[in-house]
Amino acid sequence: MSLLFRNREIEKGASQRLKLSPARRFVMYWVHHVQQGVASLGELTRNPFASFMTMAVLGLSLTLPTTLYVLVKNTQSISAEWQQASQITVFIRDGVKPAAVQTLQQTLRLNKKIAAVEWVDKAAALQEFREKSGFGEALDALDSNPLPDVLLVTPAQQFRSSEAAKRLLFELEQNPEVAYGKLDVQWLTRLHALLGLAQDILGGLALLLCLAVVLIVSNTIRLNILSKKDEIIVMKLVGATASFIQRPFLYTGMWYGFVGGVIAWCATSLLLWWIEGAVTRVTDLYQSQFNLAGLTLSEMLVVWAFAIGLGLLGSFLAVRRHIKMIEPS
Amino acid sequence: MIQFEQVSKTYPGGHQALSQVNFQVKPGEMAFLTGHSGAGKSTLLKLISLMERPTTGRVLINGHDLRKMSASQVPYVRRDIGMIFQDHRLLMDKTVFDNVALPLIIEGYSVQEARKRVHAALDKVGLLDKVRHYPTMLSGGEQQRVGIARAVVTKPPILLADEPTGNLDPKLSMEIIRLFEAFNQVGVSVLIATHDLGLIARLRYRTLTLREGRLIDDGLQPEAQP
Ligand SMILES: Nc1ncnc2c1ncn2[C@@H]1O[C@H](COP(=O)(O)OP(=O)(O)O)[C@@H](O)[C@H]1O
Ligand SMILES: [Mg+2]
Repeated sequence: MSLLFRNREIEKGASQRLKLSPARRFVMYWVHHVQQGVASLGELTRNPFASFMTMAVLGLSLTLPTTLYVLVKNTQSISAEWQQASQITVFIRDGVKPAAVQTLQQTLRLNKKIAAVEWVDKAAALQEFREKSGFGEALDALDSNPLPDVLLVTPAQQFRSSEAAKRLLFELEQNPEVAYGKLDVQWLTRLHALLGLAQDILGGLALLLCLAVVLIVSNTIRLNILSKKDEIIVMKLVGATASFIQRPFLYTGMWYGFVGGVIAWCATSLLLWWIEGAVTRVTDLYQSQFNLAGLTLSEMLVVWAFAIGLGLLGSFLAVRRHIKMIEPS
Repeated sequence: MIQFEQVSKTYPGGHQALSQVNFQVKPGEMAFLTGHSGAGKSTLLKLISLMERPTTGRVLINGHDLRKMSASQVPYVRRDIGMIFQDHRLLMDKTVFDNVALPLIIEGYSVQEARKRVHAALDKVGLLDKVRHYPTMLSGGEQQRVGIARAVVTKPPILLADEPTGNLDPKLSMEIIRLFEAFNQVGVSVLIATHDLGLIARLRYRTLTLREGRLIDDGLQPEAQP
């Protein structure tokens, strides 16, 4: 379309395109973009080292927050499990008769908030301790059993959250036979605080790394633009619009993100595999089964989309600033 | 076609490259722009192609005031103007075909759609056999002709040339001028800036003469004037 000459002969290409149906024009539009995208992939090979470095930086920068995310996710599921299994240890007052303890046990069993009550008899506990500790003779020297009777109370399913369990503990402590009860919620609270902290750090770190990625991509694209200065000038001289000139650079940024995302997947998997080895050695000591959950498919796609988004954003910033500054003179 | 009204151009730094220039090039006219080095020839052409903007006065193309053209419209203005440079500004890492096809690709042609026109343009400048070559494999005169093919491939109504014969010997220079004449004969308005007075003297075309930014002569040939 001519701006200055209204009746300038409409070009062949354009007139042909006008005859195309909207559907076909839509398809052609995308075919054209894909062609350009693939062409810009070829551009990457012109400067393979710089391109690869940028992709690697992009991928590795995303690896750290992604791995942290996976770890936090796993810790959350573990802590949820542990929280579910929370038990209340109820210590019985010294001098309470075994019959009274049994009555208490039975009363508690009828309580709807309680799933199970196990009585650890103090005599049995002392016997076990005597056998296992090797302090047998020293214990013989004691005239009375220093251990209290203990009831292990498992709250019913709905009363296992730390808040409900705390209320149950308070309720249990109202019984006259009970000396005190112990619900180890403190470590749970601490774990939650730690998880919260980890999430905050993760957020901050991710933000900083994303910023760094955008700046690095933007800088690489800036160098690409400067190395093609002459070509850009010539294109401007023969009437190329800014968006036409920008497009290949935007595609390049997109490819950086595309490949960087895949690098992030691989590096994250590798890192998690390595961490899992270490975690397994620890959990084996505690005889507990533990499987590190990796990235789900949708999480992988999010990482990928993120990488591509960052690549595009970086190139967009570079293109905005630098293509405008290159003018023929 | 091209009209200058009281156009002055002062570069940042205070140098006045053009002052109060008035002239008009009619549709289908061919004219030369001459003057010593630094007289303002390139500046004048840059005001037409919107590489520079006038400080005062206005430039019109086909009656359209170029002051009204926004930055985003500049590319579309340039598509109506074929430009030729002394250093021809070819892309050295692209083939002759790709260089000449560039303006068409920019207008949205596919390579297949562009092929016929590129071949036609290269045929006109006599370089059809060099279509697969790279500019570095060509002589100076041939490179300049590739530049001309690129300028005319979209059939613009206006051709501007800045010292197109600057690096060429008289024989090659004349060949280039003959090419411009051929385009002019099919209705293209042509404005050629050159300080090669010997070349102009052999031709009978309107010659605009600049001296220190002022249009001092708008006649046939500088020598013919008192
Ligand atoms: N971008 C610029 N900035 C400042 N001065 C310039 C610029 N371009 C050209 N000039 C000055 O303007 C005058 C005219 O230059 P130019 O139009 O290139 O002359 P010509 O093409 O006739 O040799 C010269 O004195 C030159 O130094
Ligand atoms: Mg000049």
